Amino acid sequence: MSWGSWSEFIAMGGYGVYVWSAFVMCAVALALEAWLLALRRRNIVDYLRIGARQD
Amino acid sequence: MPMSISACLRYAAPQAFYALAGRLVPWFAAAAAAAAAAGLYVAFFVAPTDAQQGEVYRIIFVHVPAAWMSMFIYVVMAFWAAVGLAFNTRLSFMLAHALAPTGALFAFLALWTGAIWGKPTWGAWWVWDARLTSELILLFLYLGYVALNASIDDPRRGDRACALLALAGAVNVPVIYHSVQWSPMLHQSASMLMALAFWMYSIAMALARVRCVILEREQESAWAGAEFRGALQARPA
Repeated sequence: MSWGSWSEFIAMGGYGVYVWSAFVMCAVALALEAWLLALRRRNIVDYLRIGARQD
Repeated sequence: MPMSISACLRYAAPQAFYALAGRLVPWFAAAAAAAAAAGLYVAFFVAPTDAQQGEVYRIIFVHVPAAWMSMFIYVVMAFWAAVGLAFNTRLSFMLAHALAPTGALFAFLALWTGAIWGKPTWGAWWVWDARLTSELILLFLYLGYVALNASIDDPRRGDRACALLALAGAVNVPVIYHSVQWSPMLHQSASMLMALAFWMYSIAMALARVRCVILEREQESAWAGAEFRGALQARPA
């Protein structure tokens, strides 16, 4: 598949809103999960660090 | 006992699996990124325009892998729940807990992308047919699992309650599978690569999450504290 131009690529044959909202939601959701997981890890690690210092 | 079985059993201990998972996460994350890059390239620059649907059909390159992962993760989650109930292995329940949020995410994405694909293709965002309804039930099962786990303070009781829910809900998976008309179009390389990307991503997330679950559960244990005492040179006994 070769696209004539950037704007043609973005337009997706008139279905741009549908195609990009599907792909962007996937990217956002997966990134959000990874970020929330990093926060969860930081929480428990910080808690253990404080505990370890008090030993 | 053969070497390989005893080696596997060694990793049934949360402490040993914590370290193993930590080594594996970067590899699965890298594989996911590589497969996603290849898959997106093929999805947008190699796959031709569909004769009937035009460009909008490209949504299936994320929709189908997401739907497939939402079912597959549920089966794996129910498997670990069953192993946990049968053998009372703590790590099995923890793996099931680690899979549930990622499964919920893919069930949500399957519904979201399906609605966006359905509107221009079939003329409706949503219909109450067997396929969509059973996928919605799958999302609710995942959310119910997570909520149930969060609402029970005693981890061992929570493990068992969640495992029973996971097993009871497993009956829903064949309903979804058989209500979908699996078109041969799904075997295109873009779908396969994106499915591989989501699969590797799910393993990376589940392993990273099970490490959090292990630390949270074992926070009173000596090894979990020692893990973060700087170097692991334990104090003299």
